[in-house]
Amino acid sequence: MPDELNAKGYDIPPEMQNTVAITTLDKLYNWGRRYSAWPMMFGLACCAIEMIATAASRFDLARFGMEIMRPSPRQADVMLVSGTVTKKMVPQIVRLYNQMPEPKYVVAMGACASGGGPFKEGYNVVSGIDKFLPVDVYIPGCPPTPQALLYGLMKLQEMMDKQSIKSVRWYQKGDLPEIPVPILGPDLIDPRDYPDFEFKLRQAYAEKTEEEAS
Amino acid sequence: MTDTTLVAEHPLLERFPEGVTPDERKGYEGFIVAADRLVEFATALRDEFGYDYLSSVTGVDYLPDGKMEVVYHAYKSTGGGALVFKVQVPRENPVVPSLVSVYPGADFQEREAWDLLGIRFEGHPNLKRILMWEGFAGHPLRKDWKEAYFEEEKKPFGSRWPGGAVHRAEDENPFGKNVVYPPDFDPEKWTPVGDEALYAGLREFKKDDDLKTEQVVVNLGPQHPSTHGVFRMVVTLDGETVVRLEPVMGYLHRNHEKIGERNTYLMNIPFTDRLDYLSSMSNNWGYVQAVEKLLGDKIQVPERAEYLRVIMAEFTRIVNHIFAIGTLLNDLGAYFTPMLYALEERELILDIFEAVSGSRMMCNYFRFGGVARDLPPGVYEKMRDLVFERLPRKIDELDRYLTENEVVRARCEGVGVLTPEEAIAFSAAGPVLRASGVPYDVRRADPYGIYDRFEFDVAVRYHGDVYDRYLIRLDEIRQSIRILQQALDQLPEGDVIFGSPKYSMRVPAGEAYGRVEGPKGELGFYVVSDGSANPWRYHVRAPSFINLTALSRMCEGDKVADAIIILGSIDIVLGETDR
Ligand code: SF4
Repeated sequence: MPDELNAKGYDIPPEMQNTVAITTLDKLYNWGRRYSAWPMMFGLACCAIEMIATAASRFDLARFGMEIMRPSPRQADVMLVSGTVTKKMVPQIVRLYNQMPEPKYVVAMGACASGGGPFKEGYNVVSGIDKFLPVDVYIPGCPPTPQALLYGLMKLQEMMDKQSIKSVRWYQKGDLPEIPVPILGPDLIDPRDYPDFEFKLRQAYAEKTEEEAS
Repeated sequence: MTDTTLVAEHPLLERFPEGVTPDERKGYEGFIVAADRLVEFATALRDEFGYDYLSSVTGVDYLPDGKMEVVYHAYKSTGGGALVFKVQVPRENPVVPSLVSVYPGADFQEREAWDLLGIRFEGHPNLKRILMWEGFAGHPLRKDWKEAYFEEEKKPFGSRWPGGAVHRAEDENPFGKNVVYPPDFDPEKWTPVGDEALYAGLREFKKDDDLKTEQVVVNLGPQHPSTHGVFRMVVTLDGETVVRLEPVMGYLHRNHEKIGERNTYLMNIPFTDRLDYLSSMSNNWGYVQAVEKLLGDKIQVPERAEYLRVIMAEFTRIVNHIFAIGTLLNDLGAYFTPMLYALEERELILDIFEAVSGSRMMCNYFRFGGVARDLPPGVYEKMRDLVFERLPRKIDELDRYLTENEVVRARCEGVGVLTPEEAIAFSAAGPVLRASGVPYDVRRADPYGIYDRFEFDVAVRYHGDVYDRYLIRLDEIRQSIRILQQALDQLPEGDVIFGSPKYSMRVPAGEAYGRVEGPKGELGFYVVSDGSANPWRYHVRAPSFINLTALSRMCEGDKVADAIIILGSIDIVLGETDR
């Protein structure tokens, strides 16, 4: 039994240390989850290539129990957003996220996924996936090296360790809300903007005319 | 090398005494053709003058002159320089006859020009948006179109670090993100132009045999494990046979060209890294070459830098092809094991890239007039070891494991055939073109750098199927190793960059088209300079993008499972396809 499983304060006789662990339910639960966090096989751009390199022999993601990448969101635990999120793609990403069963985590890999990166000013680029999805770990870099990705995933594991069955969102009463899927209009529309859309639109054009006047 | 001097007395002018004039703007080349003579001109060019390969089609918005220009670069598939011709139309109503009937390879490129510049191509069979979605407001590459985060026309922006404070574009935007809408837009009333139109178009095909079978439309992607990124194919199936295939792209359209036209010349080099992100070194080269052409004799590349360029570009080719073979095997179902072999070698080459440039993938290594850094100590020996000892052995190993494998042969032979005539007509490039029996390699056909000094063969295969496209990549790796061996033996001492590195520079007004034989095919950069510190027009002729024009032809009649490997055998990278 790995030491990390034991709860503090219990003496286990040496001859039984290989077979018995005294632990808490939380610890056991998290221990199981942290070593089987399957990423979704999902590459967006350049960062995906480093993700593949991380999964391959030299860096070997399997050491962390994450070697099984699942193309289906139904079987995935971690969404590694590896690359530039474009407006044309983001409806699909949100839909994929909604399709993932809980518990689910989002890792923003690289500058683009974290905040738009070098392409931020582009007209088809979303300034970071956190505009739509709740991100758990951000990994800086363009692209992050495989070492950086591994470090980010270790941070994610640390985060899992700290969670408790009592308080995790997926064991609370009631349904978990889905994230509304953005719509491709004359530009990207986020349905969450509907309530004050008109106001903001007016504001945008008021500013513009002001600018032109000055 | 273009025949600029010959333009004034070119036989084409005799053939077309009217409607064709030499382009006499300073720094420009080629001919200006009247829009109504374009199709006739292009047909003559192809049939009488031998310019059968239309490499690039793109538009330029000359806002101050109120003109839109469409620029065509045609080549002979037997080699030689470009013949450039242009059509100028008024900006308010830009309509140009489509050349798809003469050069089918113009298909996607014309759609792109329509999408991004709003130039309408009359007679185009399927003039829809290609990179942005239907319903998007405006044509973003027009010079008067402004993105949501627009600050100033040209970089470096004066607004950066005003008084040391950080300035974030989203704080300025009323929506807090990168969006802008027309003033009268009401989202509640908006019905998105969905995929129905796309699917309906595909369902039209009726079969008229007695068996009342129904055709099915199947959507693959953009999230699909075998599409090499965010690519999407919509296929119409009759049973398992592909009747029609429509590629849908733009899911990674990162506005490379718009950003590139705001950037200074130097700023664009790291952006080219991110085009075909598997082969950043050769992307650098294409762009640097175009700008060096504009600079003319203001700049000379030192000998050592020329060699380093060749060395890096050939290593890149090996990295790319080995990766392509790995992913192709993935697509064939040999999940990840061949990939692991491929990636092992790739890592060793990436170590070299990291040592010389500081980054594994995004090397940003080329500069105007040379390369950024010299080799650090120990790297030369490492390269020698790889090139003379390890790589040849490993490539033979890969060859031994895969080439005669029964499954590989059964799945690949005779699948996805592209005939040489079709390959040329569709403007296919690189391994796709050469696997169809056309020995066209820019390194030989229109040599650049110092490629004329090396001994190597242009790899060519003749069946035009997936198997040959696999084999040709092995052949090319071997040829690259040959070039590398010579280059490493001859590598001279000396400077690696011309003069001292400069941040900003004046590029004389004019146009230039630089092209290199990238691992995926002919990679071209069309740059127009207006004499300022930023390019007026910056266009990328992306081989991944244009090679896809032939995809549906290759897939028709094959099984749906084969469509996956046919796509794999073209070897696309989405960063370059969508830009
Ligand atoms: S962060 Fe850099 S490497 Fe990653 S997707 Fe963005 S541009 Fe590519």
